[in-house]
Amino acid sequence: MTRIADTFTQLQARGEVGLIPFITAGDPDMETTFALVHEMARQGADIIELGVPFSDPMADGPTLQRAAERALQHGTSLSHVFELVRRLRQSLTIPILLFGYYNPIWRYGGERFAADARQAGVDGVLCVDLPPEEAEELKRETDRHDLDMIFLLAPTSSLDRAQKVLARARGFIYYVAVTGVTGVRAALPADLSDMVRRIRAISPVPVGVGFGISSAEHAVQVAGVADAAIVGSAISQVIEQSLGRPDMVPRVGALIAELKTALRSIETPNDIGTTIAPPLQS
Amino acid sequence: MPKLPDKHGHFGFYGGRYVAETLMPALLELEEVYCQCRRDSTFKRELRALQREYIGRPTPLTFAARLTERLGGAKVYLKREDLCHTGAHKINNTIGQALLAKRMGKERLIAETGAGQHGVATATVAALLGFSCEVFMGCEDTVRQAPNVFRMRLLGATLREVASGSQTLKDAMNEALRDWITHVAHTFYVIGTVAGPHPYPMLVRDFQSVIGRETKKQIVQHEGRLPDYLIACVGGGSNAMGLFAPFLPETAIHMVAVEAGGLGAGQNAASMANGYAGVLHGSKTYVLQDETGQISATHSLAPGLDYPGVGPELSYWNDQQRIRCVTVQDAQAVEGMRLLAETEGIIPALESAHAVAYAATLVPQLPATAIVVINVSGRGDKDLQSVASFLGENAL
Repeated sequence: MTRIADTFTQLQARGEVGLIPFITAGDPDMETTFALVHEMARQGADIIELGVPFSDPMADGPTLQRAAERALQHGTSLSHVFELVRRLRQSLTIPILLFGYYNPIWRYGGERFAADARQAGVDGVLCVDLPPEEAEELKRETDRHDLDMIFLLAPTSSLDRAQKVLARARGFIYYVAVTGVTGVRAALPADLSDMVRRIRAISPVPVGVGFGISSAEHAVQVAGVADAAIVGSAISQVIEQSLGRPDMVPRVGALIAELKTALRSIETPNDIGTTIAPPLQS
Repeated sequence: MPKLPDKHGHFGFYGGRYVAETLMPALLELEEVYCQCRRDSTFKRELRALQREYIGRPTPLTFAARLTERLGGAKVYLKREDLCHTGAHKINNTIGQALLAKRMGKERLIAETGAGQHGVATATVAALLGFSCEVFMGCEDTVRQAPNVFRMRLLGATLREVASGSQTLKDAMNEALRDWITHVAHTFYVIGTVAGPHPYPMLVRDFQSVIGRETKKQIVQHEGRLPDYLIACVGGGSNAMGLFAPFLPETAIHMVAVEAGGLGAGQNAASMANGYAGVLHGSKTYVLQDETGQISATHSLAPGLDYPGVGPELSYWNDQQRIRCVTVQDAQAVEGMRLLAETEGIIPALESAHAVAYAATLVPQLPATAIVVINVSGRGDKDLQSVASFLGENAL
């Protein structure tokens, strides 16, 4: 069992909804990222999603675009991210998931990527622009090194398509809450709960919900139906607003604590651990 | 010859659909609708009528007598896409895609543009067929192609200036993709070149292939035989694929793709000459990038060529050595523009001037019996300001 699957099992046993915070590695620098990851873990993060910055992030809104630009200003690359993970792993036990775009991985080489990621202590990888149709080549390598390749489903995915994607799922499935790019939003779609319930009913793996989850209120809304809430832009906003200030790390920590407290106040979906379906055949 | 792309949208090693899950259903639907339409006689009739009555097709294949005399080698013909309505080949594609959008019941067209020609062509068909239209254009390009910005606004389109990244075509495409991800239910993304995720490289090629089909017929009428060389500029590659595609089975015909050499090493937009295989804007293709996979900044005086990628099918044929790729720098392109203006009374777009400039070096080496066709993909009115400032004190 991978560390990610293990984490979800433990969460379910505790009747808790997971919190998966996202930050861009190298924003504003690697030392700060190192401190932020530790702080987020300390404040209750269950899985860390580390963004690998890319020059042309076509699924990201302005907040995460700027985060990537800040990270790229000093040349943050996959090798640096692996170095960071290796250092984090000396004292960090929660799963680390890399989140990014395919080109930097492709250029690094799929086989080398999977081997180095595993060796550094990475647990999973999510490529926003790598749908299952194009993922086979990389998935062969990540499977071989026992990394979870996380696939996405969106409000536009049909049930038919959802089944195809779920058949390849490992770790968890990432449900994109909004039809749109990443970014902070005032409200989540009204039918979000229904959509997540529908996916979860047929999913062989836990369901995490991300994109647009901007506040404790949103997290609570998601928590009633999902296995984990993924929060990105809201954290990057705090980082951006704290640039050059000495209290960036505690401010991010406070947000994580607030989100985790909100999630703990919610009863988990009552079917957790009982009706998780067997893997679907495509 | 293999049928390309395959059913997954791959041109051998290249192509595919590297997009966010949110867009996958829309791409699958577009592919399905397009495959129905290409066999549908009503659709084909409607497209042909608009090509004839609105674009003004067929465009002439003009024998360039004085250019031929000046260069002193092969006979040179010009495929006159500059005479299409709106002044460039781009409208061949936007008409086709707008008809698909109508079939799919979409209300809104979006487009990216570099030189502004594709933006103008999209705004034009939006006006013609009753769509709302928003065009994404990098801030740097809105300055250097100001006349086209005004044209788009006059046509009723909303211009969205893109201030992110290098503020050119690549960033305009990023922003258009983000808009599409957000409004995919009622919006049709009119991609301007043979790049992007499947099925765009295929359908843009098919809509542009009218250029090559006409050329094939016209050259036989003029010369009683097919040409020896086809020359076209390549940014994303739509005018090149449009000219080349119908000639691909004729293996004796040389096809030359002219990329933007810009100011030379490190400051160009020649993806096939200087790039590596990578994934950009939805397909696997040659991409200008650094060793960590970040996309490089590009430079070309011609905004329509100022793009770090190239259509996946061109990457495929380049690897197969079926097409040959060469580069022409900014200064040579400006010379090419002058040459065609002075000898033929035709001011080509800076993009097309790259093809002219390469022809000027090739033609003198060929025998008088050889035949060369240059694709004059667009007219140069939009470029007068940037050429004047490029020439500076050497201006006319």
